Amino acid sequence: MSAVIDEDPRVNGIKTKIRVVPDFPKPGIMFQDITTLLLDPKAFKDTVDLFVERYKGRNISVVAGIEARGFIFGPPIALAIGAKFVPLRKPKKLPGEVISEEYTLEYGSDCLEMHVGAVDKGECALVVDDLIATGGTLCAAMNLLERAGAEVVECACLIELPELKASHLLPYHGYPLLGRDRLHGKPLYVLVEYL
Amino acid sequence: MFAAENGLKGDPRLEAISQAIRVVPHFPKKGIMFQDITTLLLDHKAFQDTVDIFVDRYRNMDISVVAGIEARGFMFGPSIALAIGAKFVPLRKPKKLPGKVICEEYELEYGTDCLEMQVDAVQPGDRALIVDDLVATGGTLSAAIRLLERMGAQVVECGCVVGLPEVKVIDT
Repeated sequence: MSAVIDEDPRVNGIKTKIRVVPDFPKPGIMFQDITTLLLDPKAFKDTVDLFVERYKGRNISVVAGIEARGFIFGPPIALAIGAKFVPLRKPKKLPGEVISEEYTLEYGSDCLEMHVGAVDKGECALVVDDLIATGGTLCAAMNLLERAGAEVVECACLIELPELKASHLLPYHGYPLLGRDRLHGKPLYVLVEYL
Repeated sequence: MFAAENGLKGDPRLEAISQAIRVVPHFPKKGIMFQDITTLLLDHKAFQDTVDIFVDRYRNMDISVVAGIEARGFMFGPSIALAIGAKFVPLRKPKKLPGKVICEEYELEYGTDCLEMQVDAVQPGDRALIVDDLVATGGTLSAAIRLLERMGAQVVECGCVVGLPEVKVIDT
């Protein structure tokens, strides 16, 4: 399930600031570029404010951001709601002891890592990234947090690509995922939806 | 310049920030004492203090652009940009930024790497702050300065959470 707020007047301002770049990183992909949003201080602030208003006061003690664009939005949200920020990174970037979660790409697979000890059992966590497509990366992120004993309250993204909702079968703990639920029942909150 | 030597000597926040940074020996390879700022990010007060110290310094310097170096500069730069009303510009490894980009090469211990910026990110007249978690040789920051200056921005200062001693003797 996903919640899209379109009644708030700030959302339209945010949507117009996202630039679509055709054929990046390869032909056929319409890339949702958030860097133009970051060039507009008011729209960037509105983006952060919308998330902060939703998550403040909900006992969320961890904001986990997915490398690298999740690092841009996650920390300001974490600071504003009084939570710690945990970066979830590509392999070999985090020093010290890490846990690792593999996820499927269009061709092949990749890994997401989190520090051991970053998150304590029972903590409530929010996962932040700029965009959700298949949900593969977000699922890997949630798995990392749950393996460390945290409870993932929600996944928050600026942009959702809904045409991919029903188009992929994603294995989860070995079981194929059918239908529209990319996040295995976890709530998803997005600001703008692209059709 | 180091904050403790310039106006912030004895600031109790600096000690807590310093304590919150973890040193990981022999990462990414033997002999390197890695300054890990992720433990700072786990300490909400120390993380907030870090941002506040930068914001206090830069809010009245008429800065229109905060440029952050991928990826740890992304963890500090945006919060500073938001607080001072500046735009945030990510400086990235090659092929990550869409659209038209310019590229600056810089030296690594072995070989070189490249830093990229989108061409429409900054304009002549922009006053820029560059943010990264750490400065060692200054090679990456120098490449960042060159990118911004090539597009006509004026780099006011580079702000880093950690400065390694060797930076004191390098003229950038």
